[in-house]
Amino acid sequence: METYQIYSLTSAVLFVIGLGGVFVSKHFIKKIIATTIMGGGVFLAFVSFADRDALSFADPVPHALVITGIVVAVASASFALALARRIFQLSGDESFSSDK
Amino acid sequence: MTALPISPYPALVVGLPILMAILSLFLNARGKALLGLTGSLLTTVLALIAFVEVTRLGTVIHIVGAWKPPLGILLRMDALAAVFIGMTAGVGALISLYAFRYFKAQDTKTDGFPLFWPLWLFLWGGLNGLFLSNDLFNIFVTLEVISIAAVALAVLSGKAGALVAGLRYLLAALTGSLAFLYGIALLYGSTGTLDMSMLGRLLEAGPTSTFALLVMTLGLLIKMAGFPFHFWLPPAHSNALAPVSALLSALVVKGAFYILLRLWMEVFGVSLTYAAGQLIGVAGAIAVLWGSWQAYMQTSLKLIVAHSSVAQLGYLLMIFPLLILPSGAGAASADWLSAAWTAGIYQVLSHAFAKASFFLSAGIIVIAVGHDRIESLRDLVGHMRMTAMAIGLAGVSLIGLPPSGGFVGKWMLLKGIFLSGQWWWAPVVLTGSLLTAGYIFMLLRLAFAPTRKKEPFQLVPKSLEVVALLLAVASYLIVLPADQLIQFLEGSEVFGAGVETLLKGGAYGNY
Repeated sequence: METYQIYSLTSAVLFVIGLGGVFVSKHFIKKIIATTIMGGGVFLAFVSFADRDALSFADPVPHALVITGIVVAVASASFALALARRIFQLSGDESFSSDK
Repeated sequence: MTALPISPYPALVVGLPILMAILSLFLNARGKALLGLTGSLLTTVLALIAFVEVTRLGTVIHIVGAWKPPLGILLRMDALAAVFIGMTAGVGALISLYAFRYFKAQDTKTDGFPLFWPLWLFLWGGLNGLFLSNDLFNIFVTLEVISIAAVALAVLSGKAGALVAGLRYLLAALTGSLAFLYGIALLYGSTGTLDMSMLGRLLEAGPTSTFALLVMTLGLLIKMAGFPFHFWLPPAHSNALAPVSALLSALVVKGAFYILLRLWMEVFGVSLTYAAGQLIGVAGAIAVLWGSWQAYMQTSLKLIVAHSSVAQLGYLLMIFPLLILPSGAGAASADWLSAAWTAGIYQVLSHAFAKASFFLSAGIIVIAVGHDRIESLRDLVGHMRMTAMAIGLAGVSLIGLPPSGGFVGKWMLLKGIFLSGQWWWAPVVLTGSLLTAGYIFMLLRLAFAPTRKKEPFQLVPKSLEVVALLLAVASYLIVLPADQLIQFLEGSEVFGAGVETLLKGGAYGNY
């Protein structure tokens, strides 16, 4: 098995773990952490695809994309955390109630 | 690609709202509102000029900062993008006028919620950018701009209910974006390009492209609240402020639909199967039935309108099975493609205008009686004729009775269904319309019913009622230029396209 395949498979596993976590867990923070795990999987996928047959060096485009992606993910996660904190201050809730 | 005429307007309709949004952040509350309204009206004018430019020159492009692709960003404005940008401008301008007056009526000291304006202008810039993008990564970035601005708008009231709904919305949107981004990684990994027209030529059928199709469709379905991922939409839309609900349901969800349509038609031609089209059609059909039934069961006005959005978006998904041709049928012999495309465009336009009008009317009623239980509609006709008229007209357009825009959408959808021989979708369309008629007539019955006990109606500024009525009337006026609009849209490469599933193992697989 080549190195990039190990990374690609790991990225798929991380993505699925995160996806499952978002849907299954109820706690705000757990859900937010799950999305960041998903994000980690996606970024790893980008980086692993930078190893291209035609090039003798790593393809720079995926790295540029990953940096942008990380910035977006950080912004979204901090926004979600701010919302969760405010909800906790207003109502004391830490998780979505099961009845929606 | 570079032979296309170059025009500055595609860049301006993205840049101006974002510039205005940033400027308004430095002003006080009053300045924000004034600059916000000015910015909205200027953006509308620019969007209309850009629309006219496309009618004159055909597809135009703009190369941002003269950095040629693949290094730079290319904005491409074809007829389809022009129609979506025009729709955003029309609905956006009216909602901006309403919002200006609405916030003033709510709180004279601070002009209500001043942060509405920068967020709305960011959202507008993001939407225009999305419609003009020709590059998958740009689409991801603009989708994120749209999601973050939309969630921030949805939680603007700061109430706990709105915040919980907003967090649910944000998590759903974030999951959708990351799934979409994963698909981009797979496509880049297998082709080495992000340009949509290049991808359409380079992509080969295989497990990678099928998996990319799957995760990207999943991500966009979450973002456009397609069944079974509709759970976030009703609470988020019904808890937001009235102008925000109107923006979210009229414009934001259409962005994801636009990208889904473009992806399926332009990029994933090789990976689509007849079964994939049927599957997404089933999701749409369930959304139509489930959303309409849920709307019928609600007792609060804004929740009825929000659930009805789920149903109306379901109709949009139902055009996909008509665009995927069974193996053996050539695109030339498929005479229903144009009908299906017309159905999609008219459903998008009429839903945007009618639903915006509906949410704005709901906002007027909340100001007038202080709550939005449907009982509050009693004797509406006696007190606020214009709003009653707006609800009636918008409702008729949602049901799809002639001569509304909704009628054209649903009629063409039925025509496409029968011409293509996929008759099993027809009962869904008809049942959906019946259920819609059920909840609309329930509202209208209350509007004409006399009050049991005197509930005081607060005075509502007339201008708010006028705007809501204008939007409702607009969902009828869009029918008048139907011929010209379709002719114009045919200038777009993608309009009228269908995907043949020939040579790919038909209904059973790709490879």
